[in-house]
Amino acid sequence: MQLALTILMDGLIYASWLFVVALGLTLVFGVLKILNIAHGSLYAVGAYASASAVGLVASLGWAPGLSLLAMLVAAIGVALLVGPLLERGLLRLFYGRDEVVLLLVTYALFLILEDAVKLIWGVNPYYVSEPYQLFGNVAFGPLFYVGYDFALIGLAIICGLAVWFGLNRTVSGKIVLAVIHSREMSGSMGVNVDRVQWIAFTVGVFLAALGGAFTAPMISVQPGISVSVIIVSFAVVIIGGLGSIEGAAIGAIVVGLARAAAVHLMPEAELFSIYLVMAAVLIFRPEGLFQRAAARKI
Amino acid sequence: MSNTSLNGGRRLGRTALFAAAITGLLAGAAQAQETFRIGIVTFLSGQAAESFGVPARHGADFVIDQLNRGAAPAPYNRVGFGGLRIEPIIIDENGGATKQVQELRNLYQRENVDAVVGYIGSGDCLAVAPVAEELKKFLILFDCGTPRIFEDASYKYVFRTAAHATQDNVALARYMRSRNISAASYSLINQDYAWGQDSRGDFMATMAQLYPQAKAEADLLPAFGSGQYGTEISALGRAGSNVVYSSLWGGDLQAFILQGGPRGIFQRSQLVLSAADHVLQALGDKMPNGAIIGARGAYGLMAPDTALNRWFFAGYSQARNGTYPVQASYRMTQALLGLKAAVEKAMASNGGKKPTSEELAAAMENLEWDTPGGLIQMRLGNGHQAIQAMAIGRTRYDAARRMVTIEDIQRFPAECVNPPANMRSLDWIKAGFPGAKCD
Repeated sequence: MQLALTILMDGLIYASWLFVVALGLTLVFGVLKILNIAHGSLYAVGAYASASAVGLVASLGWAPGLSLLAMLVAAIGVALLVGPLLERGLLRLFYGRDEVVLLLVTYALFLILEDAVKLIWGVNPYYVSEPYQLFGNVAFGPLFYVGYDFALIGLAIICGLAVWFGLNRTVSGKIVLAVIHSREMSGSMGVNVDRVQWIAFTVGVFLAALGGAFTAPMISVQPGISVSVIIVSFAVVIIGGLGSIEGAAIGAIVVGLARAAAVHLMPEAELFSIYLVMAAVLIFRPEGLFQRAAARKI
Repeated sequence: MSNTSLNGGRRLGRTALFAAAITGLLAGAAQAQETFRIGIVTFLSGQAAESFGVPARHGADFVIDQLNRGAAPAPYNRVGFGGLRIEPIIIDENGGATKQVQELRNLYQRENVDAVVGYIGSGDCLAVAPVAEELKKFLILFDCGTPRIFEDASYKYVFRTAAHATQDNVALARYMRSRNISAASYSLINQDYAWGQDSRGDFMATMAQLYPQAKAEADLLPAFGSGQYGTEISALGRAGSNVVYSSLWGGDLQAFILQGGPRGIFQRSQLVLSAADHVLQALGDKMPNGAIIGARGAYGLMAPDTALNRWFFAGYSQARNGTYPVQASYRMTQALLGLKAAVEKAMASNGGKKPTSEELAAAMENLEWDTPGGLIQMRLGNGHQAIQAMAIGRTRYDAARRMVTIEDIQRFPAECVNPPANMRSLDWIKAGFPGAKCD
């Protein structure tokens, strides 16, 4: 029983981290039809910006609790700076081209951002572990968990609900859904499709940066952190169905639990477990668990 | 007549001046050619850059500068390599084995380097060694850990001037045994690639010899670069073993310690790390006290107190604004000093000319030379693979000096923790370390 609960706890903590990152990936695909390989780099930019912001809070002698706010501001700053710039300055030039072209463009962007990060922050690691200890420890049977991990679960729930509510319960969200279903028809009805696209991309960048920002206190922020996250995030959105928020949530939980179960019961199969789940889902649901129904065009 | 003579004198003078100028130019050209070009390959980007690649480069910068100025202590005080000025060409190791094979060919065939010193990644070492051999060009592997290089193949032009990974794990277990560390049970966490798996195998085999009753519990193999170790830390916490062993390094090790510390697993279990000196300066007070660590040699804070080490440690620290040298800096230094020793030995027997790859290879085989980390002896792999002394110690954060110090250091002679020639490492461990000399 204790083992099952530990697997559940570890799986949910890992899933929450994964979900915040994968949510942005699936949102961008849903609205812009771009499988954004550079999403991992945007996560890394968020982590670096967060590390710099937390470092600034510490150097100014401000209360440690403010570092959480600084991390949020860093993620917003990255999104506002990078999102519109990339979407308006680069990606829109390739709309209408083959999806493979856009995939290659985002791959190129990934490589450029990797070098840009090194140019700005160098190759030395950044440590900002102070926020990691803000919430203390929580005893769970024979184990201790860090309160910060549970805060991450809360963050994931807030992000998921906010995006879901924004899309499904607001007028702006309905407009975005209309664009998702048909750009041409939305445009002809007076929707400013360009604006919807850059805003959606910016929100995607924000979610990637937010994932990086709140991961920064748990790791040493250094070159290379973008690669592993993008691979697992892709697995999540493929399992859940590209473009689906519910799918990203379920995909993250499935991957988190599968990975946790593997680590506790069969550690040598940890990485394999994720791809086993992905393969199993794709055999029965080639478009993922929650593929959004597409409007049929006559 | 006198005019003629004067004219002739002028002509002669001009000719002499012209000849002198030409001679000067030729001498200059000859002098310009009289350099020793080294290709230096180390990670300048990617995950291994901060921990290993960049410190190795800083080590190379410092030592080459000192050698070119003739400022190194004896026996390395002759300028450059036997009077030849050292000219480094530095290449990034990041990018995978295929790219490294291309870069190695470029270095030899386009840049015309006289030797290459490089490679941290075991996969890169395994890929480039046969290429250097095929091209008949001199290559020193300065850092990579896999024992397979010279245990699975034999080379004429390829050398490794640092001990392989077996000594790290044998020394760790010997240290635990000599300190009576309780190890009725132990858990492991290693990266799921060659280094992690080889280290895991060596440590488990050594534990089977030195702690035959010890029971291996959690045996975790997270992917390289995972970053998130929450689940692994739960598994280690649940196992609650006496000892937690790891060969994690760089960012992975830092993340593991940052995440494991607040969860109390290092209070519950004795932490034992095969290669951790390179994270101490960065982690500071986040590094748990009492962790048993190795540095892959007698390096950094565990280096011997010798004139060579004082020169290197102090000079490097001064050049790097107080950051002291760690494993990779030492290993790069011992490779360059070994190359200098080999070049000068070859020049002593070829009349002082720049040595060919054949002459260099002959000079390097079975060579021994002093380094800041101690004596290097090319004893294994038919004289192509080094053995060296090893040190293990325990960490303690010194709040007054605001740094992690290492105390209770124990040194192990090279022949205590390295297999004898012509015996594979794992076979040596499983046979109970025959021939080991530990006193």
